[in-house]
Amino acid sequence: MLVIRRDLVDAMVAHARRDHPDEACGVIAGPEGSERPERLVEMINAERSPTFYRFDSGEQLKVWREMDAADEEPVVIYHSHTATEAYPSRTDVSYALEPNAHYVLVSTRDPEDHELRSYRIVDGVVTEEPVEVVESYMFANTGADDIPDCR
Amino acid sequence: MAINVSIPTILRTHTGGQKSVEANGSTVAEIINDLDSRHSGLKDRLVKEGNLHRFVNVYVNDEDVRFVGGLDATVSDGDSVTILPAVAGGMR
Repeated sequence: MLVIRRDLVDAMVAHARRDHPDEACGVIAGPEGSERPERLVEMINAERSPTFYRFDSGEQLKVWREMDAADEEPVVIYHSHTATEAYPSRTDVSYALEPNAHYVLVSTRDPEDHELRSYRIVDGVVTEEPVEVVESYMFANTGADDIPDCR
Repeated sequence: MAINVSIPTILRTHTGGQKSVEANGSTVAEIINDLDSRHSGLKDRLVKEGNLHRFVNVYVNDEDVRFVGGLDATVSDGDSVTILPAVAGGMR
C-alpha cells in the first residue's frame, strides 16, 4: 500500500495537468526505509513528448546525490499518461529499476477527472497496490476510522 | 589507481550490498571489466552488444559518459564513477 499526503497527490496531478499533452515526470523522496514520501521534485521530461518520458540524466544525478546526502531514497517515481489509462506500459516496466519505489501513474486523458494509481514493479512483475491519501502522516496507520477516504 | 564507483540499489546484489566499490582502469570499459572480475555479472547489466545499456546512466564525475565517448570515456586519478538506473518510460 502507498500511504501519501494529499498535498503531494495534488502536486503530482497539478504537474501532470500543467505539462499535458506532454508526459510529466518526477520523484518524491523520503527517508531511507521509511516508505514515507515527503519531498517532491518535479523532473524535466528530456523527451518533451506526449508518448515518452525520460529524466534528464544530469538533473537526475544532481537529485539522486541530494537524496544520498540526506539519507533519502526515491519512495515514489511518478509520470503521467496523457491519452491512455494509468497502467504501466511495457516500456515503463522495462525501465522500472528502483526496487524500493512505488511507481505512480497519473492519467490526464479525461480533462475533468484524473486517474491516479500506484504499482510495485520488481523484476518485470507489476503489482497494483491501494493508495491511501492522508492529511498528515501523524494520523496514518492508526485505524480505518482515522484514515480519510482515498478519493 | 583505484577509482570509487557508486553502485545503485538494483545492482548491489552483485556487490554484496555495498553502495560503492573500487575499480581500476583508465576508461569506463576498463573500469567495468575490472568490476566484473570481482563482482561477477555486473558487466551484463551495464553493457549490451558493445555499448552502454540503455537502462543505465554512467557518469564520470558530473558528466554523463554518453556525451563524452561512452565506454571509451577516460577516467583519471581522483575521478569518481556513478552508476544510476535510467528513469524513463512511455505510453507503449
